[in-house]
Amino acid sequence: MTLDLVLRIALIVGAFLLLPLIVGQTEHKVMAHMQARLGPMYAGRFHGWAQLIADGVKFMQKEDVVPAAADRRVFTLAPAVALVPYLVVLVVIPVGPGLVGRDLDAGLFFVLAVMGVGVLGAVMAGWSSGNKYSVLGGMRAAAQLTSYELPLVLAASSVAMAAGTLSLPGIVSAWQWWWLPWQAIGMVVFFIAGLAELRRPPFDMPIAESELIMGPFTEYTGIRFALFMLSEYAGIVVLSALTTVLFLGGWHGPLLPGVVWTLVKIFILAFIVIWVRVSYPRLREDQLQRLAWAWLVPLALLQLALTGVVKVAFL
Amino acid sequence: MDGYFGSYAVVAVLIVIGVVIYVGALTINRLLSPIRPSAEKLLTYECGVDPVGEGWAQTQVRYYVFTYLYVVFAVDAVFLFPWATVFADPGFGLTTLVEMFVFLGFIALGILYAWRKGVLSWT
Repeated sequence: MTLDLVLRIALIVGAFLLLPLIVGQTEHKVMAHMQARLGPMYAGRFHGWAQLIADGVKFMQKEDVVPAAADRRVFTLAPAVALVPYLVVLVVIPVGPGLVGRDLDAGLFFVLAVMGVGVLGAVMAGWSSGNKYSVLGGMRAAAQLTSYELPLVLAASSVAMAAGTLSLPGIVSAWQWWWLPWQAIGMVVFFIAGLAELRRPPFDMPIAESELIMGPFTEYTGIRFALFMLSEYAGIVVLSALTTVLFLGGWHGPLLPGVVWTLVKIFILAFIVIWVRVSYPRLREDQLQRLAWAWLVPLALLQLALTGVVKVAFL
Repeated sequence: MDGYFGSYAVVAVLIVIGVVIYVGALTINRLLSPIRPSAEKLLTYECGVDPVGEGWAQTQVRYYVFTYLYVVFAVDAVFLFPWATVFADPGFGLTTLVEMFVFLGFIALGILYAWRKGVLSWT
């Protein structure tokens, strides 16, 4: 019993430390090839597979600078607030039948609440840096996160309605193939809103390196900066895993074992996240807000109505 | 670690592990890195030019309306979750469906109101 629990927690921590690195390395290589470059080729000899390890070693040796003008306590705490929630979220994400850290009754609600904490890290970093660019970035982050939280929550609750439960393994068990067309609008809304929550391009207005240097992370150096980067990629993993579990049927699939299916779906979604980054230019702030309020929220409401009518009328 | 609080004890354990990872990374960093602060190094970085005025500069916050909108709607959205798990149970069906449309109507009306007020267009 205890051994089982220790094993599960060890696997979660392992996945948390490993999967973001794989996604990061994939991003290096995929972006490079989409832009007709080679990307990292030197570190580790074979197609630069050890590039991120080399980066990590470098970050470890960098001086940890806290600017004199910064609010020291908040500044040093911010990376932890950004990173730890993504580890905690993994506890409720099922990868196979019975293969889940802990099946919480309020799993979906828990996930949304904890992910909401994660995005506070960027706001804390922006405000505490005592830097004009960081403050602007932090404000943009706050505006973006509040706007996109609503469509995210609405789209997720549509799945809870369809399954009649908030437990994530329960949702995957209830999933049928025809949920794909039924919940398609919700899936698109959830994925786009999730991308915006992660501040990934084309929603990287808060970071916008051509105008705000690095937004909220301008003043960060060394390991704290690296932890912010890690939290971004952990966020991609969590978003892909959640979309898989809620909308793509998690471990359901023919022939292959369930765990393989879950991982395949997660990596396909992570690939799409990278693909979108390469393909679309950054949205302007007003376009960003318009997309959230004029498109995603009404679409999410439409999905709720559709889910309710179909469920009551046909099931 | 069974039962309701047991489940959340697992969550607490993971939070502790997360903090340990964070503190561990910082400790290794402290051991491996040089620490030589100087006045110039600790200066706020603004593209190489010495910063003018304070970092917490006064800015025109256009975003506050979105926060208001969010607070209004997100509080509503939270009520969706307990409702979502039971709305199709035997004995509910049509009644809860009508309730849902009332709820959606309220939110849609709220957004329409914000739109007409010009909140969603950039000035």
